[in-house]
Amino acid sequence: MATNANVKKGRKQRRNPNSAGRLFGTGMLYLLPSLVLLGVFLFYPMFRTLYFSFFDVTGGGVVQDFVGTEHYSSLFESSEFRKSLKSTFIFVLITVPTEIIIALFLAVLASEKLRGIGFFRMIFASTLGVSAAAGATIFLFIFHPSLGVLNNMLGFLGIDAIQWLTSSKWALVSVAMTTVWMHIGINFIILLGGIQNVDHELYESADIDGAGYFTKLFKITIPMISPVLFFVTIIAIIGSFQTFGQIDILTGGGPAGSTNIIVYSIFQEAFRFGNFGFASAQAIVLFLIILVVTTIQYIVGERKVHYQ
Amino acid sequence: MRKVITYILLILSALVLFFPILYALSASFMQPQEIYAGKFLPEDVSLDAYKTAFERIPLLHYLNVSFWMSFFVMIGQLIVCSLAAYAFVFIPFKGRNVIFFSFLATMLIPWEATIIPNYLTVLNLGWVDTYMGLTFPFFALPFGVFLLRQHFMTIPASIWESAQMDGCSRFRFYLQFALPLSKSSLSALAIYGFLTTWNKYLWPLLVTNDDTVRTVQIGLKMLIANESSSSWNLVMAAVITILIPTLLLLFVGMKYIKEGLTAGAVKG
Repeated sequence: MATNANVKKGRKQRRNPNSAGRLFGTGMLYLLPSLVLLGVFLFYPMFRTLYFSFFDVTGGGVVQDFVGTEHYSSLFESSEFRKSLKSTFIFVLITVPTEIIIALFLAVLASEKLRGIGFFRMIFASTLGVSAAAGATIFLFIFHPSLGVLNNMLGFLGIDAIQWLTSSKWALVSVAMTTVWMHIGINFIILLGGIQNVDHELYESADIDGAGYFTKLFKITIPMISPVLFFVTIIAIIGSFQTFGQIDILTGGGPAGSTNIIVYSIFQEAFRFGNFGFASAQAIVLFLIILVVTTIQYIVGERKVHYQ
Repeated sequence: MRKVITYILLILSALVLFFPILYALSASFMQPQEIYAGKFLPEDVSLDAYKTAFERIPLLHYLNVSFWMSFFVMIGQLIVCSLAAYAFVFIPFKGRNVIFFSFLATMLIPWEATIIPNYLTVLNLGWVDTYMGLTFPFFALPFGVFLLRQHFMTIPASIWESAQMDGCSRFRFYLQFALPLSKSSLSALAIYGFLTTWNKYLWPLLVTNDDTVRTVQIGLKMLIANESSSSWNLVMAAVITILIPTLLLLFVGMKYIKEGLTAGAVKG
């Protein structure tokens, strides 16, 4: 009996699925697919981009001469790149606040419990289903100098037609308008979810105190959804910095580089002109900008955001 | 009274927001001369533009490619992300916090900053113009891992303990308990994955050179390049055709998407 028990115990220890080593092995097995994929398609290319940025690399990916920080210094001496950065920041500053304010307005409206509200929620969320290519193509038509509805309406009002996409004064604004429209859907959905998660008892006690609609909106709803607003702001900023499709279809970066915002600039430099090294330096700048912006946001956000 | 004002605001907002899509729909039913006349609505609803669009470019083929690409990414993400999320919740191994933190950190890497080496990887693997090249890089989605991890954490530990006592292996628990108990989050991830993949633009533009696996989004760009000067009704017909699948999916799955995205927002 005793030997039997010992044998059993020994076997059990060897095969114990909860030993630290076994657990680590099992854990890794489940994580293996994500680790391999993130390694190959995210971490490795990030380091590779950094590496490329110090070399001359041809369009085929052939690494030639080590150039040190030359790409970086020529980036900041290049008036084109400075212009691209400036356009990028202006673009982000126009789109992010506008799309969040509109989406918040719609989410507040659509959080009312009314008959048929589901229909309105679908309409407001609809642009989440619109691709950059399809959305931009519709706006290409809307902005058309002679056939587009915008200039037709201006003409009806007796106002001169505007060259929405071909004047350097308007092109960036036009692309920003398109982008705001396309981003409203996702911001709306997240904000609506946030508003619906606010504890109803807060409103009930406010009702007892006789609080009006706007008092409740500004004293309860908006403070309570501040973590959600914070999250939406971060994804809106990152989304705007990553804009590509609209630019490619609407303006191709023009006129005179006025809409050549950073991802488009990287794409052109790499895949049109074949300067992989120089383009990689731009990609690193993009990475650093996003890093700095999100870090600042977290620092500021941690202080200001109200968590339930 | 407040109700009336709310309805008026709702209707006005809906009209403004949905105007571009309605305008595209209206233009897709027009004759070219109606477009030139700057009309808002067609005299007769004509489906000619759709017919011509399908003849002018292999739109059906592009739709087919986009469907399979989105489907493969969706399935890939569901498998890869749920396995990772399961490890983070149900397997208490050493170092999982460090690994989870590194998953979090990937949110800081803009994917666009990595396209150059990724393009070279796909090129060197011989995956240009293949579904592999279109889909593989997107199977691991940290956001999906967070979403499912959140849901798995709501599964009571007691279920796992009693299952373990009955001799249920970890993998069987994953298949028979964890996944079926997380249908809503899996649906959210599935819809999100399908939608975002269908709508992808930059990556398919880079890794497709010919029609073999050309997606609708890139097909649309080619159509504009060829036709926009003359046939806007045709271009708008193609736009509407591309929009219908994603809009339908969004409308059907709106509830899941909302819950899934909000869960991500609250946890951060």
